[in-house]
Amino acid sequence: MLSVTDLEVCYGSISALRGVSFTIPQGSIVTLIGGNGAGKTTTLRTISGLLRAKSGTVNFLGEDITSLPAHKIVARGLSHVPEGRMVFSNLTVGENLSMGAYLLSDKAVIAKNRDYVFSIFPRMKERLKQTAGTLSGGEQQMLAIGRALMGNPKFLMLDEPSLGIAPRLISTIFEKIVEINRTHGITILLVEQNANLALEVSQHAYVLETGAIVMSGESKKLRADPQLKATYLGG
Amino acid sequence: MTTQSESLNSQPSTLNFPLSEFLQQLLNGLSLGAIYALIALGYTMVYGVLRFINFAHSDVFMVGSFIGYYAGKHVPERTYWGGLLVLVVAMLGCALLGMLIERLCYRRLRGSATLNVLITAIGVSLLLEYSGQVFFGATPRTFPDIFPSTNFAFGSLVISSNQILVIVVATLLMVALQLIVYRTKIGTAMRAVSLNPKAAQLVGVNNDIVISFTFGLGSALAAAGGILYAINYPSIDPLMGVMPGLKAFVAAVLGGIGNIPGAALGGLLLGTVETFVNGSQWSTYKDAIAFAILIGILLFRPAGLLGKFTVEKV
Repeated sequence: MLSVTDLEVCYGSISALRGVSFTIPQGSIVTLIGGNGAGKTTTLRTISGLLRAKSGTVNFLGEDITSLPAHKIVARGLSHVPEGRMVFSNLTVGENLSMGAYLLSDKAVIAKNRDYVFSIFPRMKERLKQTAGTLSGGEQQMLAIGRALMGNPKFLMLDEPSLGIAPRLISTIFEKIVEINRTHGITILLVEQNANLALEVSQHAYVLETGAIVMSGESKKLRADPQLKATYLGG
Repeated sequence: MTTQSESLNSQPSTLNFPLSEFLQQLLNGLSLGAIYALIALGYTMVYGVLRFINFAHSDVFMVGSFIGYYAGKHVPERTYWGGLLVLVVAMLGCALLGMLIERLCYRRLRGSATLNVLITAIGVSLLLEYSGQVFFGATPRTFPDIFPSTNFAFGSLVISSNQILVIVVATLLMVALQLIVYRTKIGTAMRAVSLNPKAAQLVGVNNDIVISFTFGLGSALAAAGGILYAINYPSIDPLMGVMPGLKAFVAAVLGGIGNIPGAALGGLLLGTVETFVNGSQWSTYKDAIAFAILIGILLFRPAGLLGKFTVEKV
């Protein structure tokens, strides 16, 4: 569904990605794990068009999307839930969800998507009239995911959904991520620092270190890998 | 209010005026303030989406007056339909001008340091002012009477139909703006871009279109301000935008830059205060007082009257 080939990205003279390649098959949950500054967020931002690649290609559903602007990439069904959630803080929950369906014009489809979001995150229905900035971190994460779902994505990229969220809510959100993948068949690329959790819900994993993929394989196998255990899984 | 208390002052205090004079000044002030508000909205909206002050905005206001001046020659004088037609033509012309300025001058600077964009804005402002002197000449022109005008007298209170026109048109435009910003898709997108341009892109908003639309909208309001201003102060010249533009900028900051109702409130407040000061013995200092108010308010409320103090996160 998505394949990234030899992606190189620079911030000025600093190289952030040094030839990253990976593929994500349709219907799967794939995770990209790695420490701070490994280039995980840079990878997602380049795929979604917020950053420009120096070289390399991003191929989505058989088409080269490397040089498309971000809004055209979303239109193709690739949705990015950014790090730090980036909800529209002064807009209400309802307006945030409507913005998620910005590219859709069919009211029936929008209503259906809204019901779907409410079925996954019932709390969003309770908070509909509240401004997004007043939500808790976990609720904002739900809203950010819900907003992405409003646009009918085929492929969802989640950047650190566990960051800054009460531990009790983390497991809920991860259950929902799996549910979205299973019931709706949405392919997911999950970026996480919490490697344990990410390997638990995903089928395949890539390990990113200082801008390059250093290890990859089935998530189950990687969980048992002694080297990975020592570095990312806390022994 | 009614006692003559200032015995030390040789001049009679003009602050002790009767009620009708108070109402008169209030009305004068509100109609001037409504014009400031219309201009201030453009400053604040552009600041909202791009975080910079478009100094060329005051000259778009001037161009609006001049479009009105030339268009006014082609419609019969003193008719409502003719006047409204002139208003619409000026608004459309300036909307195009504003979008053109953004497209040619500011878009390529998006993402560069704010200072670069600010200096460019000052450059565009000077370009418009001195191109205006080349094309329109530096001598002031008399704006045609495009709207019918009469005065209504209530005792000593005199209301001119032009003042009512200013207040009515400005109110209608501000209500329309409010509806656009809060009830339409593009308006919600404007607010989204202003809150978080990256997140807006990620839900599929083409930020270029939204920013272009914002410039068009703000410039159209400035043009309306230019026509309404010229109706009440019918001498127009290429540098006429400087002072009202500066005042409107003060009004936008006063209300909380980036805040739409704040700009409207700031404009009305500034216009009213200025008019009252103008009618008092301190009239010489009216501009000084306007800016002193700005400094005073910013000392106590750095984010403006309706603005929220926020730390900009990266």
